[in-house]
Amino acid sequence: MGSDAPTRDAAESVDFVQVQSTEQFKELRKRHRSFVFPMAVAFLLWYFAYVLLADYAVEFMSTKVWGNINVGLILGLLQFVSTFAITGWYVSYSNRRLDPIATEIRQGIEGHEFDKDGVAVSGGKK
Amino acid sequence: MIAIPAAVDVAALKDTTLLNMGIFGLFVAVTMVIVFRASRNNKTAADYYAAGRSFTGSQNGTAIAGDYLSAASFLGITGAIAINGYDGFMYSIGFLVAWLVALLLVAELLRNTGKFTMADVLSFRLKQRPVRIAAAISTLAVCFFYLLAQMAGAGSLISLLLGISDWGGQALVIIVVGALMIMYVLIGGMKGTTWVQIIKAILLIAGAAVMTFWVLAIYGFNFSALLGGAVETANNPAVLNPGLQYGKSDASKLDFMSLGLALVLGTAALPHVLMRFYTVPTAKEARKSVVWSIWLIGLFYLFTLVLGYGAAALVGAETIKSAPGGVNSAAPLLAFFLGGPLLLGFISAVAFATILAVVAGLTITAAASFAHDIYASVIAKGKADAETEVKVARRTVVVIGVLAIVGGIFANGQNVAFLVALAFAVAASANLPTIIYSLFWRRFTTQGAIWSMYGGLGSAIILIALSPVVSGSATSMIKDANFALFPLSNPGIVSIPLAFLLGWLGTVLDKNREDTTKQAEMEVRSLTGIGAEKAVDH
Repeated sequence: MGSDAPTRDAAESVDFVQVQSTEQFKELRKRHRSFVFPMAVAFLLWYFAYVLLADYAVEFMSTKVWGNINVGLILGLLQFVSTFAITGWYVSYSNRRLDPIATEIRQGIEGHEFDKDGVAVSGGKK
Repeated sequence: MIAIPAAVDVAALKDTTLLNMGIFGLFVAVTMVIVFRASRNNKTAADYYAAGRSFTGSQNGTAIAGDYLSAASFLGITGAIAINGYDGFMYSIGFLVAWLVALLLVAELLRNTGKFTMADVLSFRLKQRPVRIAAAISTLAVCFFYLLAQMAGAGSLISLLLGISDWGGQALVIIVVGALMIMYVLIGGMKGTTWVQIIKAILLIAGAAVMTFWVLAIYGFNFSALLGGAVETANNPAVLNPGLQYGKSDASKLDFMSLGLALVLGTAALPHVLMRFYTVPTAKEARKSVVWSIWLIGLFYLFTLVLGYGAAALVGAETIKSAPGGVNSAAPLLAFFLGGPLLLGFISAVAFATILAVVAGLTITAAASFAHDIYASVIAKGKADAETEVKVARRTVVVIGVLAIVGGIFANGQNVAFLVALAFAVAASANLPTIIYSLFWRRFTTQGAIWSMYGGLGSAIILIALSPVVSGSATSMIKDANFALFPLSNPGIVSIPLAFLLGWLGTVLDKNREDTTKQAEMEVRSLTGIGAEKAVDH
């Protein structure tokens, strides 16, 4: 039944400092940060470049490309495309490079590899 | 073949009042039944605040889209494109791109470290009391501004849709909307609220899809011809170019940069969006929810592009501006032009449902923050049991509901988009720096968090008070006075960097060091999901 307590057990006696210093965890952190940080910088730069163009390069943005479709509209729609693309890319990256290693570490912890006192606790899954 | 736009007779809208009310009544009846059924399992705090963490990623993603696509998004953006052309489109781009911040940097890590509220994460490895209080205050401030915006939106919508134009009548409708919202949240908790959001999101997106298809069909599925129609009706080729609204002066250009910054950084710091990540069982489902919401929200904003230019071409900016409800009436007027009273009734009902659902989501977030962060952790010092906490949350819902009704009656007629942009700016300034620092910067300390949160919140609110929105111009709240020392209407460009700077400065100057074991625990938990709150079994 719904109480808030039981789910905490598995993690209570874990030595997190030890987990944090394992090569496996460092690898997970490196993989996560080396994807999300450059990507965040990239899309923010691209977004602000677009806003600056719309703000200060009105003539360029108003150039007609095809019929009534101008550069501004195309760049705006490309913002949609890049957002969808980054979303898809991140999901596939997480599935391949992040989730498996995160699961491995979690199972290691739940299997009591990192208990401070070495005593098995209830609630952990084998 | 291009149909000749027939004039939209605004006076004829009043004849559809009964139909509008009937469709809206049906929506309320159906959702009430669902809320009652969903409420049968509301027993614990995890049930009440986080819906037992039992929603799937796609359900929660739809609910997030429901939360996010508020009346300001639907009516506001369609209206902004119809009147200001391209500049309105730029709003929707900021609103969408912002989701990448949530996806990449916040959603999953937050789901893995917290329980119910934003403050759970912010205070995880810092000193509980001061950080929790600061996080709860900024949560309440953001929710309050957002609530005011929605309630004010309800007022201006009503004048158009139900043909009620006198102040007393509108106040009465705001009271009815508020009372309904209190009932949803009291009975349904997060589960009921989430179901209302899901139903509303589906209706809204389906309604917009039908209208988009219809508008495109009128122009032979040629988007360029639609744009041509908009230029022709407006008699101004500049509606296709940026700058119609923001290109007027150097200050307005800077204002647009400021708005853009607030929009893109505000979303991932909105407490009612963050709280949604706790309604799913795992971080992986949290990721799925964001992916779903990005697709739904992106699709919807593409629809609003067509609808906005469609309204500009088929209804015309002049008709929209002179209709009761002004800019906000573009989408309903377009619906009336296309499908007559029935489509108008449907779209109006969806717009009402939108306000109702968003208000319910905000209320439960504010109530959870008060009960969980201020009452349980600070007043009762962690000694309150879950039952008392939920009782306090329910009472808070009533108090917030009444405040929203009173505030909404007084804010009636205020600029809805401004209030929402204000909420985004406050969220981005007060919350985002601390969220990012505490997740990614090992050295971050309590003093840094406190400086950043209060500095961001305070500077954002002070700059707003000193902006032309509050005083000194013809469109200000206070027209007769002029204390507008700050030239921009959005404070983001100053207050957001300031809050990041204060977070860094407060940390560097802090003589105290935080507990490294807590930092290790937070980092390991956030990335691996170990010990994260799981779904409640019933």
